[in-house]
Amino acid sequence: MSAQEPAAAVKKVRIATVWLDGCSGCHMSFLDMDQRLLELAPLIELVYSPLVDHKEFPPDVDVTLVEGSVSTDEDLRKIRMIRGRTKILVSLGDCAVTGNVPAMRNPFGAAATLDRAYNENAQLQKQTPTLHLPTLLERVRPVHEVVEVDVFVPGCPPPADAIFYVVGELLAGRTPDVGAVTRFGR
Amino acid sequence: MSAPTTVVSLKIDGKDVSGRADETILDVASENKIHIPTLCFLEGLSGWGACRLCLVEIKGSHKLLSACVTKVAEGMEVTTDSPRLLKYRRMVVQLLFAERNHVCSVCVSNGHCELQNLAQVLGITHIDIPYRYPTLPFDASHDLFRLDHNRCVLCTRCVRVCDEIEGAHTLDVMGRGIDCRVIIDLNEPWGSSQTCTTCGKCVRVCPTGALTRKGTGVAEMEKDDQFLPYLTRMRGSQS
Repeated sequence: MSAQEPAAAVKKVRIATVWLDGCSGCHMSFLDMDQRLLELAPLIELVYSPLVDHKEFPPDVDVTLVEGSVSTDEDLRKIRMIRGRTKILVSLGDCAVTGNVPAMRNPFGAAATLDRAYNENAQLQKQTPTLHLPTLLERVRPVHEVVEVDVFVPGCPPPADAIFYVVGELLAGRTPDVGAVTRFGR
Repeated sequence: MSAPTTVVSLKIDGKDVSGRADETILDVASENKIHIPTLCFLEGLSGWGACRLCLVEIKGSHKLLSACVTKVAEGMEVTTDSPRLLKYRRMVVQLLFAERNHVCSVCVSNGHCELQNLAQVLGITHIDIPYRYPTLPFDASHDLFRLDHNRCVLCTRCVRVCDEIEGAHTLDVMGRGIDCRVIIDLNEPWGSSQTCTTCGKCVRVCPTGALTRKGTGVAEMEKDDQFLPYLTRMRGSQS
């Protein structure tokens, strides 16, 4: 280590983002932070995300932003594993927070939903796919009904300003007052 | 000759105020710029006390009372804001969200909804109560309007405006508890109603996206209930 290097080099905060059952709009909103991503870059390390190329969700993640609801057995397995490896779990956006659009199938159930998509409204090769696909849960659930969630950021999607504010507050060790920057359905 | 007006003095949030004895706590509070959250209340309609958002504490009473239907009294000491009241108000709004299918992001009233605003004002960032996801009907049989039970909070503003202001009483409620629904006539399709005058007042007073104008897309349905106090006042002066 050279003598010029600052003694108290800031340890980068390990951040991950995951995409469960959502439209990726929350991740688009994350990218909409634009040049502010450059302000965050020296402070964070993006250790897992659909936006980067890591294949495995690593252990010891400081903050995970979760987009999307829990809709399949795979979502359920993932979010439980992620919870175990994350200090602060953030439900990002209405799908994660409320179930939102994916949960609109809940009054009808999984079988009727698949039937509507793959039989009733299909014109060719009417069949429900089963191979290599996760099984739909009977009910789509918001993340906090399945694992403990530390911070909720509603919005469809939450505005980039809100995400920047939330990440900034978490980096500063504070609990963000989310109600001031976003709401359901934003 | 009208009866002499009695004026009473009371305290709201420690502030000395006075009002007529026939006024409600909510009336006197708003005259004194003390804000109490409401949902079913609408100026110009009778008080109903359905939503319980305007619950207040009154010294000497262990019960919480709705400010919109409780008359002021001499020496009353009212508290409109406390950790206990905030807890109950948050619970009321959460129960409303969990009871039916309010999907704000795809609602025509997104951004103009009183339920959505209340959630934000009360600091509700998620719903702790498991959602029920009931299967509810949607009536789009009327030429101009839609009734979406998924987004109804049973405030009965529509029922009251149709009865008290329009005088048609096309709308009413049917069923009890979780089965309670707003109905048209004797639970008939709106489009074939013989009593509906198509005045649209119900749509204008609805706080959510339950009653909307046809042809509006997501976030396009802006409500306008400002006409009501004026209309009520003008009618009152004619009688």
